[in-house]
Amino acid sequence: MATATSPATRTATGAPAPQIRRQKGVIGANVRTYAGVTLVVLWGLLPFYWMVVTAFRDVGYTFDNTPWPTHVTLDNFKTAFSTNLGNHFGQALLNSVIIGVCTTVVGLAAGVFAAYALSRLNFRLKFLVTGFILAASMFPLVALVSPLFQLFTNIGWIGTYQALIIPDISFVLPLTIYTLTAFFNEMPWELEEAARIDGATPAQAFRKVILPLAAPGLFTTAILAFISAWNEFLLASELSNDRTQPVTVAIANFAGAQPHQEPYTTVMAAGTIVTVPLIILVLAFQRQIVSGLTAGGVKG
Amino acid sequence: MTSQAGIISTEAAEAARPGGPPRKRRRLEADHNRRALLLLGPTVLLLMIVILYPVVRGVIMSFQNDPGLDPATGLFVSGGFAGLDNYTHWLGQQCGRASCPPGTLGSQFYSALFVTIFFTVVSVAIEVVLGMWFALIMNRTFRGRGLVRASILVPWAIPTAVTAKLWFFILSFAGIANSILHTQILWTGSTWPARSAIIIADAWKTTPFMALLILAGLQVIPADVYEAARVDGATKWQQFRLITLPLVKPALMVAVLFRTLDVLRIYDLPKILTGGGNGTTTLSILVVDQIRQGFNSAAALSTITFLLIFLVAFLFVRFLGANVAASSGKAK
Repeated sequence: MATATSPATRTATGAPAPQIRRQKGVIGANVRTYAGVTLVVLWGLLPFYWMVVTAFRDVGYTFDNTPWPTHVTLDNFKTAFSTNLGNHFGQALLNSVIIGVCTTVVGLAAGVFAAYALSRLNFRLKFLVTGFILAASMFPLVALVSPLFQLFTNIGWIGTYQALIIPDISFVLPLTIYTLTAFFNEMPWELEEAARIDGATPAQAFRKVILPLAAPGLFTTAILAFISAWNEFLLASELSNDRTQPVTVAIANFAGAQPHQEPYTTVMAAGTIVTVPLIILVLAFQRQIVSGLTAGGVKG
Repeated sequence: MTSQAGIISTEAAEAARPGGPPRKRRRLEADHNRRALLLLGPTVLLLMIVILYPVVRGVIMSFQNDPGLDPATGLFVSGGFAGLDNYTHWLGQQCGRASCPPGTLGSQFYSALFVTIFFTVVSVAIEVVLGMWFALIMNRTFRGRGLVRASILVPWAIPTAVTAKLWFFILSFAGIANSILHTQILWTGSTWPARSAIIIADAWKTTPFMALLILAGLQVIPADVYEAARVDGATKWQQFRLITLPLVKPALMVAVLFRTLDVLRIYDLPKILTGGGNGTTTLSILVVDQIRQGFNSAAALSTITFLLIFLVAFLFVRFLGANVAASSGKAK
C-alpha cells in the first residue's frame, strides 16, 4: 500500500503498539490524509467547475445556482464568438496566440544562450549580470506603461503586434533565463566534455549533445513562458486596440446585449475557451511544470 | 531539489580553483569572458531595450511638466523642466501650490499606498498559512499525486483576467457565494467586502504556487530527522516548529518574496473585479488612471512604485534572508 511511508505509519512502527491500535491509527491517518487531499483538489477545481457549468447554462438561468449542470446549451459559446455586439473574441484568441508564440520564441532563443553562459561559464561581471536579470524578473510592469504608451503613441505603434510583443519580452526573458539556468545546472555536462574530447567543436557539442538532453527543460520553459505571455493584461490593456487586443483584454471588456449589464454566461464561456488549452497543458505536463516552477521559483 | 545545484559548474570551478596552473587558468578565464560576452550579448541588449530604456525614459519624464494650465499662473504650459513637482504632487499631496482637493487622483496616493500594502500583508499571510497547510497535506504519501498536482495547478494556470471575472460572478449579488452562505452581501459595492473579494480571489489563485514552492522545500527534508525527533519524544507540533519550519524557511522566504513583490504590483484583479472602486485602487491602478491626465506625473508615480518594490526586495534579501540568488543556483 502506498501509505507505507506516511508519517503516521512511521509513528506506529516507531513505537510498537498492539496490532489493533496500529491498524486503527493507519486507517485514521489515511482518512485524514485523503480528507486533506480532497480539500486541496476541491480548492483547485470547484471555482473552475462553476465557470464551466455556467458556460453551458442558458442565459435565462444565469443565477440558477444549482450545483450540477442544468439548462445545458451551447449558445453562450456562439455568443462569445459573435461580433454583433462589438466583441472580437475570435480575433483576440488569434492575437493571443500570435503574441504568445512570438514572445516565447524570442524569450527562449535569447534565454538559452544566456542560461548556458550563467550555468557553465565563470566570467567577469557574472554577479552583476545575474543581479540585473534577477532585478528584471522582479520589475513592476507598471513602470513600463507610461513611457511605452507615450513612445508608442509618438511612433504610431499603438495597435501593432510589436507594441505588445516587445514589452512582454521584459518579463518572459528573465523567466526563461531563470528557469533554464536551473535546468542546465542539473544536466550531465560530462557528456559535453566527452564530446569535446572526441573532437567536437563547442558549437557541435552544444547542438548534438546538449540540446537533445536539454529538450525537456526547454519544453517546460516554453510552456511557462507561453502561459505568462498568454495571461498578461496590464500592458496589453493600455498598448492594444480593438484589432490587436489579446483575450485577457477582450474578456475584461466583454460587452453584453444591454449596456451596464454583465453578460455573465458569455464571459464564462469565453473564460472556459481561454482556460481549456492551459488546463490540457497542465494535465499533460504537470510534473514538468511543477519542476520548472519550483526550480526557477518564477512568479505565478 | 533541483534548485540547490551551483551556478558555478565543474568547468567554471576548475577555472576558479586557485590550485591550477596560473597561465592555463588565465587563458580559460579569458576564453570564458569572450564566450560569455557572445552568449549574453543578445539578452543584455534585449533587456536594455525593453526595460532599461523605458525606465530611464520614465525617470526623465517624471521631471517634466505635463502640458496643461499652470494652476499658479493660469497660463498654458507645454511641458518643460518640472523639478520635483511631480514627486511633491504625489508624496506631498501638492496640486500646484495648494494641496490636492479630495476626489482628485493626486489626493488618492496615500490611500492607494495603504490599500496596496494592506493587500500585500493580508494576502501573503493567508497564502503562507494555507500554502503551508496544503504543502504538508501534499507531502504525505497517497495515491493520485499527479492528479492532485494537476488540479492545484488549475488556479495558477487560469489567466488573472478570467479569475477576476469568475469571482465577479461567484460573488455577484445573486451568485453562488451569497446563496451558499445565505447572505446578501454586495461584494463589490462597499469598501471592506470589495477588499475581501480581491483577497479571496488572489488567495485562491496564488495559494497553489505558494504550496508548490513550500512542498519543494519540504521534500528535501530527510525523513530520518523526524525519526530521530520521535525517538526523542517530540510531539507533532514540536516537530513542525523545530524541524519543519527552520528547514523549509529558505524555500518559504523565496516564495514569500516573490508573492510580496507580485501583490505590490497588483493590477489585473482589482481593475477587473472592482474597477478600483470602493477603496480598492492600488498604486498600479492609480498609475494607469493618471496616464489619461498626463504621462509625466504618471511616470513619477510609477517611478515611486518601482522604487518601493525595489526597497522591499532589498530589505527581504538583506534582512530576512530570502536568498534568491542561492535558490537560482549559487549554493555551491
